[in-house]
Order: sequence, then structure tokens, then C-alpha cells
Amino acid sequence: MVKKISPKIYLIIILALLYAPIIFVVVFSFSNTTNFTFPRGFSLEGYRAIFTSSHAEKLLDSLKNTIIIAVISSIASTIIGSVSAVGIFYMKPKTKATFENINQLPIVNSEIVMAVSLMLFFTTFSFPTGWLRIIIGHITFCTPYVILSVMPRLMQMDSNIYEAALDLGASPVKALVKVILPIIFPGIISGAAIAFTLSIDDFIITQINKGAATGIDTLSTYLYSSTRSASGFEPFWYPLFTIIIIIVITIVLLVNLNKFKTKGKKKEEED
Amino acid sequence: MQKNIFLTIKNRIKGFHITRSVFAYPYVLFLMLFVIVPLALILVNAFLADGKISFQNFVDLSRDGASLKVLGHSFLVGIVTTALCLIIGYPVAYILAKMPSGGVLVILFILPMWVNFLIRTLATRAIFQAMGVALGEGTVIFGMVYNYLPFMIMPLHTTLSNIDKSYSEAASDLGADPVTVFLKTTLPLSVPGIISGIIMVFIPTISTFAISQLLGGVFLFGDSINDKFNHGLYGVGSVMSLVMLVFVLLSNVMLKKFNKGEAKSSVW
Repeated sequence: MVKKISPKIYLIIILALLYAPIIFVVVFSFSNTTNFTFPRGFSLEGYRAIFTSSHAEKLLDSLKNTIIIAVISSIASTIIGSVSAVGIFYMKPKTKATFENINQLPIVNSEIVMAVSLMLFFTTFSFPTGWLRIIIGHITFCTPYVILSVMPRLMQMDSNIYEAALDLGASPVKALVKVILPIIFPGIISGAAIAFTLSIDDFIITQINKGAATGIDTLSTYLYSSTRSASGFEPFWYPLFTIIIIIVITIVLLVNLNKFKTKGKKKEEED
Repeated sequence: MQKNIFLTIKNRIKGFHITRSVFAYPYVLFLMLFVIVPLALILVNAFLADGKISFQNFVDLSRDGASLKVLGHSFLVGIVTTALCLIIGYPVAYILAKMPSGGVLVILFILPMWVNFLIRTLATRAIFQAMGVALGEGTVIFGMVYNYLPFMIMPLHTTLSNIDKSYSEAASDLGADPVTVFLKTTLPLSVPGIISGIIMVFIPTISTFAISQLLGGVFLFGDSINDKFNHGLYGVGSVMSLVMLVFVLLSNVMLKKFNKGEAKSSVW
């Protein structure tokens, strides 16, 4: 009896610890304070402050920047990643292996090294500061994940289908759009979701490459600077965190459920 | 005639085989430009001092007591964090691997990782402050373990759930008690997962940026690299980045060696 229950209790304790900060943020987003107390009871004041506080303009501006950067870089990396995944798939095995190793670099490299290497690169070749640097940085770390998300789909594809389309008179481009694209489409969608989440989540690459003088801030860099400012931590942050947490968790759950569904289907086919 | 048509079709397919890998060329160019060249610049800058090729930056770093202290301290924090993650994470992965619904439950353990680390770190700090715990070394380690525990659980869970049950069954059929079964079969078979976990926790911990500062004003190697570049010390900063890069590449070679043929675990 004890043997059966104690492992579950252990799992629950660890889960509780992992989720404690997140739950605290969500609960105390309704208290309009930053010190985890309820001095004035339940209130939506914090949520209202997102739009009405004296920092609202700066906050909404950084939110807008975050979304613009995430949309541009996730669309760009999804297109680059999906197209090149098809190319990589048809590479000679040796070239393919080398390429996949290089593609791994942005994933395995420590973020700080990648950030400073990009900064060094941009400074050396005097790239214009601001948007261009940030977006190139984001595309660089997002694209490898798109490729990793599309590749398995291509591997599962029966390569004869494509040849069959050609034999039946389809042009290569038509075959690509009508045959390959529908097969890899779920991979493209997951890839785009991953890229979008990673871009929104990023702090280090943006912080180091945005350039202090440009005044461009994303949510995470603005958050970081506001933790260091003398005026302190505004109460609107917890409500905003709550909204972000809900969005991120929804996206991740959807992608994972999608993965489970396809895994299940594959199993059924195998059985 | 028939043969001719066949040949043209064959040629067309062959021709397209060449053009199809062309789809990857723009990204090859992109990778060269924005991944390889920047890393090469780090290498060049590490050996460049006053416009000349020299080892001056390495000498400077070896004489820079403060930076070396930060490096040593980062290693210490990294080792303690990794050990704690292994001690806490192994039982989690082991229990999950034995549960029928473990494959779904493991997502719950990985999910918090997707909430921005700044948000989680600030929330952890606020909890400590609300409880009246003084920020310092202890809170930094707690924050690190909290942040990187999922990285330990993931590879361990993959390895443990892929171990063929018949090994441990055979061992217990032959009379081994549960402890012996674990020590002689499961534990040795999970070594690849342990190594992956250790690497996936240790490397990010020593190169962390900002977490340790927020949780206790402690400066780690990642902060130190950023600091050097901020102060225009590109040479020394590059040497430090190079040290980090060598660690990353070495650990990756090790990962590949230990996880040959095994399904790569990933967050997604």
C-alpha cells in the first residue's frame, strides 16, 4: 500500500514545487500588488493598469514590438525552414549529415555565446542597429526548430507518391504543392507554432542585439529593465504574466496533443 | 519511341533531383552568414589583440582574478545544481517510466519550462521575499534547480521508458531482490540518459544569464561574458565565449557517442 502511494506523493510534491511560482502569479494577479498579499481583497485593478498606468504606453509599445518581431520572424523561419527541409531531404547522405550538424548548432549552443557572436558580427559588418538585427537573430534560432519539425513528416512520406504524380503528368512545382505540401503541412504548422513561441519567449538574443540607443524593447527586455529600475516593479506585470502563461501553455499543449494524435495513428497503422 | 519517352521522363526526374536539393541553398547561405561567420569572428577576436595575432587575450584572462573566480564559482554552482537535479529528477523519471500514463504525465513536468524564465525567476524571487528568505547562494541554487529540472527529467524519462522490461524481470526471476535488480540492471542501462541529463543541465547552468543576478546578486560565467562585451573588451570576451563554445561542442560529441541509435529526446 505504502509502496503504491508514496511514489505518487513524490510526483505531486515535485509538480507542486514546479507550478508554485506560476500559480502564485496567476492568483496574485488579482490582488494589484507585487508582494504576494491581498491587502485590498480581490480586484481587477492590475488588469486595468495594463492599459491605464503611467507606464501603459511603454508597456503596450513593447507588447506590440514583441508581436511584430514574433510574427515576422516566425513567418520567415517557417518559409525558410519548410522549403529547405525539402531540399535537405533530397541531399546526398554525406552532405545531409554535415548540414544537419550545422543546423543543430543554434540549438545546442549556449544562448549567450550565440547572442554575443551575432552582436560581434553585426558590429563588425556595421549592420543598422535595431529591428534588422533583432529579426535576423530570431530567424537564426527559430529556423532549426522548424526544420526539425518538418523533417519527420518528409521521412514518413512514401517518395514514390511524388514520382507517381510526375508520371501522371504533373509538373514538378505542381507535384510539390499538391503532393508534398499536404503531407508536410502538419509539421509546418507545429514548426510555425514553435517558432512563434520561441520568439515571444526570447530574452537573451534580443537584450544583447537590440542596441541600447534604439529604444526598442520587447516585453522581456522591458520587464528586465523594470526589475532594475528605481521606481520598482509595477503591479500590472502579474496580470500580464497570467495572460502570457495561459497563451503559451495553450499553444504547447495543442502542439503536444497534435504530436500524440499522429503518434497514435502511426501505432494503429503499425498494428 | 517508347524508349525515348522513358528516357526523357527519367532525365526529368534526374534533373529535378538536382534542383530539389537547391531548395536548401538559401538556408545554407543563411546559416553560413549568421551562424558560422559569427562564431568564426569569436575565434578570430580571441586571437586578436591590438590588431595583431597573439595570445594576449588568453594571458589577460589568466591574470584576471575576478573573471577566473567567476568561472570557478560557476562550475561550483553548476555541479551542485546538476547533482541536485539528478537526485530529484531520477526518481521522477523512474516513477513516470513505470506508470502506464507516464508518457502523457511527463508533459506536465516539462510544461513550466515554456513559461518565460524571467517570469518564473521573478515569481520565485517574490515567493522568497514574501516568506522572508534572504536572497543569496541558496536561493540561486534553488532557482537553477527549478529552472533546469525538466532538462534532467526529459532524457532520463526517454531512456528509462525505452529499457526492455525483460531485463529486470529476468533478474528478479533469478532471485535478485528489488534493490539489486535496480542497481545491476536498470541503473547501468540508464547511463546514457544520466549523461544526457547531466550535460543538458550543467552547460546551461554555467552559462546562465540574469537568473543568478535576480535571485541573489550572484554573477555567473554567462553574465561575465556579457559584461566583458558591454565594456568593449571584445578580445577577452571572445576568449571566454570560446571556452564556453568548446564545452558545448565537447559535450555534444559526448552526447552523440552515448546516445547512438537512441531516439533523441526533445521538448516537442
